[in-house]
Amino acid sequence: MKKQMMIKGSVAALVAAGVLATAAYASGSLTVVSWGGAYQEAQRNTIFKPYADKTGAAVKEEEYTGEIAKIRAMVESGTVSWDVISVDTPTALQGCDEGVLEELDYSRIVDKSKILPGAALDCAIGSDVYATIFAYNTTKFQEGPKTIADFFDLEKFPGKRGMQKNPMNNLEWALIADGVEKDKVYEVLGTPEGVDRAFAKLDTIKSQVVWWEAGAQPPQWLADGEVVMSTAWNGRIANAIKEGAPLQIVWDAQAPDLDMWAIAKGTPNIDAAYDFIAFASTPEVQSALAPSIPYGPTHLDAVALVEPELAKTLPTHPDNLALAYPFSAEFWGDNMEELRARLNTWLAQ
Amino acid sequence: MSVTTFDLVQSSLKARLRRAERMQRLRAGLLVLPLFLFVLLVFLVPIVILMTRAVDNPEIADNLPRTIEALAEWDGTDLPGEPVFAAFAEDLRETQKTKNTGLVGKRLNYEISGARSKSLQAGRAAEKMESGPYKEAFLALDPLWGKTETWSAIKRAGSPTTSFYLLKAVDLQWSPAGEIEQVPPDQRLFVDIFIRTLGISTLVTLATLLLGFPLAYILATLPPRHSNILLIFVLLPFWTSLLVRTTAWVVVLQTEGPINNLLLWLGLTDEPLQLIFSRFGTVVAMTHIQLPFTLLPIYSVMKTISPSYVRAARSLGAGPFRAFWTVYFPQTVPGIAAGCLLTFILCLGYYITPALVGGPSDQMISYFVALYTNRELNWGQASALGAVLLCATLILYAVYNRLVGIDKMKLG
Repeated sequence: MKKQMMIKGSVAALVAAGVLATAAYASGSLTVVSWGGAYQEAQRNTIFKPYADKTGAAVKEEEYTGEIAKIRAMVESGTVSWDVISVDTPTALQGCDEGVLEELDYSRIVDKSKILPGAALDCAIGSDVYATIFAYNTTKFQEGPKTIADFFDLEKFPGKRGMQKNPMNNLEWALIADGVEKDKVYEVLGTPEGVDRAFAKLDTIKSQVVWWEAGAQPPQWLADGEVVMSTAWNGRIANAIKEGAPLQIVWDAQAPDLDMWAIAKGTPNIDAAYDFIAFASTPEVQSALAPSIPYGPTHLDAVALVEPELAKTLPTHPDNLALAYPFSAEFWGDNMEELRARLNTWLAQ
Repeated sequence: MSVTTFDLVQSSLKARLRRAERMQRLRAGLLVLPLFLFVLLVFLVPIVILMTRAVDNPEIADNLPRTIEALAEWDGTDLPGEPVFAAFAEDLRETQKTKNTGLVGKRLNYEISGARSKSLQAGRAAEKMESGPYKEAFLALDPLWGKTETWSAIKRAGSPTTSFYLLKAVDLQWSPAGEIEQVPPDQRLFVDIFIRTLGISTLVTLATLLLGFPLAYILATLPPRHSNILLIFVLLPFWTSLLVRTTAWVVVLQTEGPINNLLLWLGLTDEPLQLIFSRFGTVVAMTHIQLPFTLLPIYSVMKTISPSYVRAARSLGAGPFRAFWTVYFPQTVPGIAAGCLLTFILCLGYYITPALVGGPSDQMISYFVALYTNRELNWGQASALGAVLLCATLILYAVYNRLVGIDKMKLG
């Protein structure tokens, strides 16, 4: 009891302002939390508004940048004001293990067999497939880079590069660029020599790398000429292209991953949360997202509903999927701590 | 009033006076009470809780109690015997029910990389184990459970408090043999970051002093008509949000931004300089943001210095520099001391500006506190880093107090 009090106290201290501000309207309307930017705007037009129109329920939106800490703080202090949260796969797995996400009852959402294999987890259901890719500014090169090896080639393609400040994907790409086969990446990366090899490859471009943390940074930097190429989330680049930026996506060694819907444990609005996720998981709603932002659907029936021209720009298109490497959330669950420390030490050198 | 009357009433008057004073003190105390409670609740209590978080270690002790008890007998040389494994299986069955296996795995993962998924796997396997021998079952499951280091790590992680996080905050760890040692070179990070944090803060403090002192002097000596306008220019950025000012610096400093374009146009450089994502950019932006904090205390102290002192010194034959240095400057020291201390301590906690304007080698300790709080969900480590920073700040404050004397400091 005392311990609980202490935890509650410290949580309140850590997030005092946020929780106090949001606890006031914890019940009544449904609060959906997503990643902001072009992505949330697409969700607003294709999911949130249609849902509000159909049910008459008010959908309140919030933004975050994937910090599971905020969810945990709410759950531990018993003031859950976020109902439905868009999470990535590592967060979904971690949140489930640590008991901050509700275990989903699929009978209240959708026929599980209709969902892409691997997208129906215990605590989260895939909402769309996005990819981490790299893109370049077409005005900077006569002939642009084609493969991930080109990304690491400073001689053929000089200039600054943007990379996410995170070991995830970057180490895999370094190994693939160094000649490791795509399906052997985690075998190699699982050994100390493999990690050394990946960092040695990163060393070769270190002086030219600028590190991003928010998804909105790469398209901005590419358009400003701050970098000539950058890793990024495919939808952010696609939307910048739509707005007229001279950018090009390279699909080689793309890392597809899922955005997922999850429910914060202990939310007072659990029925509304289920209702919302069920609505968002229908093929019609899922297939409506892609025209706004090129993220692929997870409902198998929705795939056929996306226009063929548009489908080519999705990470799930067979041509693009053939170039992907098999990303492992499990590997990162085990090794993130150590490899992030290694990356930060390496960056500080 | 005659003397005799005075003698008569003196004692009662004194008593009444005392009572009145007591009432006044009480009233004053009541006025201060809200602030006192506020400071206590939102400042002192959270700091104490934060400190306890840095040593709090409940994950293993709460969830593997039987295993820890069984390990108490174990001397740590050979692999533990069947009773430990049996207790481990029973604990895991329990954590599977309470859904705490993930927490156990996460805590063990801090000590041994890769232990997270293996703990989850062991938890699932333990549910299916009907009866012993458990030792063989676990050894067959994964080689991790057949290593003595694993069990000494579990034993070490099983105490209800730990020095693990605090040691790691200064790049130290317990060796399997039970001695304190440095972490491997590729994980050594925090000592450098603390030194960097102090270095950047010192640099920014000096820069604000060099820029702020002459400006404060001008502001203090100009007639109010002009100085008020100039003061507005100092205060205007002060009233603007920190984030807005930092973003403005991003625009100004970027590779194709106005400064680089101007330099290129003037022909002073052939290719754009790396101004943003560098130490230079970080220090410039932080200096700009901190300038008013150093300047204002100096300014308000200077306002109180009468010009007649310097005039007197000059009339007594001192040169302009000597009059400034021996008469004027010493009187401004309390303001300088206050302004510099304010800026230095505020700089120690900078987060947004280095994150947006700095490169990866310019991040300060707050960045890592935020990383551990928000991303890694390792609040023990975040608290330990905060605790070390707080201690370092208090030590510096004590040294500063020795050198300058806190009672001499003046904010105006």
